[in-house]
Amino acid sequence: MASTEERVREIIVDLLGIDPERIKPEARFKEDLEADSLDQVELIMKIEEEFGGEISDEEAQKILTVGEAVNYIETRMKS
Amino acid sequence: MGVLDGKNVLIFGVANKNSIAWGITQALHDAGAKIGLSYAGGVLKKRVMPLAESLNIDFVEECDVLDDAAIDRVFEKAKAYFGGRLDVMVHAVAFATREDLEGKFSNTSRAGFGTAMNVSVYSLVALAQRARALMTEGGTILTLTYYGSEKVMPHYNVMGVAKAALEASTRYLAYDLGAHNIRVNAISPGPIKTLSAAGIPGFRDMLRFSEMASPLGANVTIEDVGAMALWLCSDAGKMITGQTLYIDGGYSIMGLPLGALEALEKKQDEPPKE
Repeated sequence: MASTEERVREIIVDLLGIDPERIKPEARFKEDLEADSLDQVELIMKIEEEFGGEISDEEAQKILTVGEAVNYIETRMKS
Repeated sequence: MGVLDGKNVLIFGVANKNSIAWGITQALHDAGAKIGLSYAGGVLKKRVMPLAESLNIDFVEECDVLDDAAIDRVFEKAKAYFGGRLDVMVHAVAFATREDLEGKFSNTSRAGFGTAMNVSVYSLVALAQRARALMTEGGTILTLTYYGSEKVMPHYNVMGVAKAALEASTRYLAYDLGAHNIRVNAISPGPIKTLSAAGIPGFRDMLRFSEMASPLGANVTIEDVGAMALWLCSDAGKMITGQTLYIDGGYSIMGLPLGALEALEKKQDEPPKE
């Protein structure tokens, strides 16, 4: 089974249509990956769908980088 | 042979693949209709284009529903695309500012109230005016509403008030357009996780509660709404107009949603996850 990081990368590539090489842990969604506000909402929705959990609005606002997303999933969403 | 073979359909309000308008688009397309799509703004273009391509839809136009000239342009193009005749128009358009959905309804600003009404309600009237001119052989107009128009849904606020006005507009339009054999109805689905819904604080609670509280014990999907839109557009719906039709698993009939209470009690007995 693919690692969390790989699955997140796949979601981002699918959503933003960007080169997977750009998706590094420190990459910021807005500034580095040029995600607009709707992309960010969709990203959270897709993560919830893929990993079967929920991310509250407050928590979602703190997920600004790829690494933060992976970390959140690893620590809060995986049983 | 589809029940909508030869029918021309113009749909406003597809944002992405989770959109209710997209569920309707797919259902009407599968039934043989020729479809044109219109979306709200530039940021949606990259989302709507691939969807349109997936169904070979060539008509995809941006439209700011606050701009009468922009609406005229879209209908002008639609007239050419559809060869002068429109049969179905779907209005799936609504907007309220985040501030107005976060706070208390009693704090709604004049500007916020006006925006919600203008985008979510007057747009139906404005689009219906243009659609009527093209519905030369009668037609169907559909809009989307929500139960927050009738009952208080915390956070839904000014959008609930706008939906009440939308449902009333549906009735008045149905009266006016009846003579042209144009039917106007509002579909009121239970909560569905769309891009717009992501803007409603506490939406997850609405989703979870409605699932537990509904007699059918499940939430509605965009495919369900698409199927309902299809029968409303078909001859099966030919004597239905001016109605707000619920498709909500029965949620709206419940006075005491015991299922929700039981589910919550059961949940409290379970050991916490973390």
